Amino acid sequence: MIDTFPPFASPRSAPPPAEEDLQLLLLIRHFELTLLRLFEAGQLSGTTHTCLGQEYIPVALKALLESDDFVFSNHRGHGHFLARHTDPHGLLAEIMGREGALCSGVGGSQHIYHRRFLSTGVQGESLPVAVGTALTLKGTGALTCVYIGDGTWGEGSVYEALNMARLWRVPLLVVVEHNGIAQSTPTTAQMAGTVAGRAAAFGIPHHRTVSTEIAEIRAELAPLVAEVRRASVPLVVEFATHRIGPHSKGDDTRTPEEIALAADHDWYTRYAGLFPEAFGRLDREMRELVERAAAEVSARPPSVWERP
Amino acid sequence: MTRVSEHLNRALHDLLAADPGVHVLGEDITDPYGGAFKVTRGLSGRFGDRVRSTPLSEGAIVGVGAGLALAGRKAIVEIMFADFATLAFDQLVNFAAASTSMYGRPVPIPLVVRCPSGGNRGYGPTHSQSPQKHFLGVPGLHVFEMSPFHDAGRLLETMLGLGRPCLLFEDKVLYTRRMYEDGVVDDLFRYEVTGGVARVFLEGAAEPDCTLIVHGGMVHRALAAVRDLLLEEDVVCELLVPSQLYPLPDLPGLERAGHVCVVEDGSEGGGWGAEVARVLHPRLWSTLRRPITLVASAPSVIPAAPHLEREVLVQPGHIRHAIMEALS
Repeated sequence: MIDTFPPFASPRSAPPPAEEDLQLLLLIRHFELTLLRLFEAGQLSGTTHTCLGQEYIPVALKALLESDDFVFSNHRGHGHFLARHTDPHGLLAEIMGREGALCSGVGGSQHIYHRRFLSTGVQGESLPVAVGTALTLKGTGALTCVYIGDGTWGEGSVYEALNMARLWRVPLLVVVEHNGIAQSTPTTAQMAGTVAGRAAAFGIPHHRTVSTEIAEIRAELAPLVAEVRRASVPLVVEFATHRIGPHSKGDDTRTPEEIALAADHDWYTRYAGLFPEAFGRLDREMRELVERAAAEVSARPPSVWERP
Repeated sequence: MTRVSEHLNRALHDLLAADPGVHVLGEDITDPYGGAFKVTRGLSGRFGDRVRSTPLSEGAIVGVGAGLALAGRKAIVEIMFADFATLAFDQLVNFAAASTSMYGRPVPIPLVVRCPSGGNRGYGPTHSQSPQKHFLGVPGLHVFEMSPFHDAGRLLETMLGLGRPCLLFEDKVLYTRRMYEDGVVDDLFRYEVTGGVARVFLEGAAEPDCTLIVHGGMVHRALAAVRDLLLEEDVVCELLVPSQLYPLPDLPGLERAGHVCVVEDGSEGGGWGAEVARVLHPRLWSTLRRPITLVASAPSVIPAAPHLEREVLVQPGHIRHAIMEALS
């Protein structure tokens, strides 16, 4: 049993998500599914980490972030990117090493730098860097948002950075996507204590959210995020979430029961059942959009890199 | 007369005064302490929170420096002892250095990590090392070293101007020595600095019997050996001291050298000398009379007791002996 969270369910009576949010959710979902399909077909090289089931987190945060904020992402960053910059073609070209790639195909899936969005592939490494950028934002009203997972808390750099963030009062929003599993290791087997306890040790406010409803999450977080900007203080927001897909491609070692339990929390099936009409239309639109993007990008010539 | 530590301190003062975008971070660097070796003395009083004493977190300090640099500032980070730079290896290699090119376009990371290095002060195994070799050959990472010939202000300007992370090694014994001035080393030897490389030569001498290539921290021990070789063995030597250790810059005049010897304070094996020889052997193959001689410290931990430490680290006698053996 890897699910360490108390059972929860978002209210079945919740109103449908805004059309643009549902559209973005579905764009990310179909982007990730397309990557897995392209891998199966042998059209992608290397590796990829999809965020299936977790798409709602960056979509919810999108409305809480401003254009001059820095956003740091990790290995599981496609959703973070698409919620920040709606450029599936650029991202896919990067992953496929094709013309128009965001980073000339050098970075690939895990290393993207586009405007103030930066992802990198070493766990915990981005937190101190994020603190450095946040130092320059103190008092400006802007903040640095950094996505990490529950597994990231094994890295010492996390604690070095949290200590400095609190000590120097920098506007740092740490978003923890706690999906209960670090690659193949359940959180219960890799983390003593809790994320809340660790944040408390540094005197950093911590908020845990179990909702998967975008409007609800935004309502919960808006005043907290505003305080990060206003008072220039760090905040840890922990999402109890579920990774419904594998860590990378076909490497899911969870039991069918565990996978089914994660899938129970999937917004996709929930919305499909609740709002069949609007959902069906957008789902089709986004699937087709990503299919067209994949066909178009696959046909492009290889990316060119001028090696320094 | 200016001591090297004072010279560095003055250069930092000038840099922070001239450029409001420069930040300095490190452990115990603010006043009244002013850093373990006093190189940052007076900076915090003058420049406020652009100069920050940090928690004991070498990895994160370098990461914060890289973040400042990413956000358009310039960062100078002091690692109290170069030995502790290993704690920042991930930030240096996988973030700061890699980021300058892994996003497919040049991303400027103006970051200088200052590392007081070297032994001969009895600090023992974890406070005496010269770990330059561990940072060689990292794409995007430049390695520099302070010397008594190189102007620190110009050096800092060069490093920050590269827009790539740089390590600056500063020998701890060198801190206490004076900067050379006006081209004069002593009664016999003169120096000139061209293209970032200092050349120390015997005035009026023709072609040297041996050219020694050394890093800044080795200068005084190499000079002592060179003086003894001249006065007691009648061997004429020249010294080349590049401020940039990696990538190795162009070293002048080697085609006319009778022999080339590289001396480094780091422990033997996989060292800077091997890197210098890798670059020079193909270039000098037709003029070299014998293989380049490499002198390094013993492949050993560095003992605390002075008599044991002396046996491990390169001393003038080792250099003299190695050169006489090569020339015999």
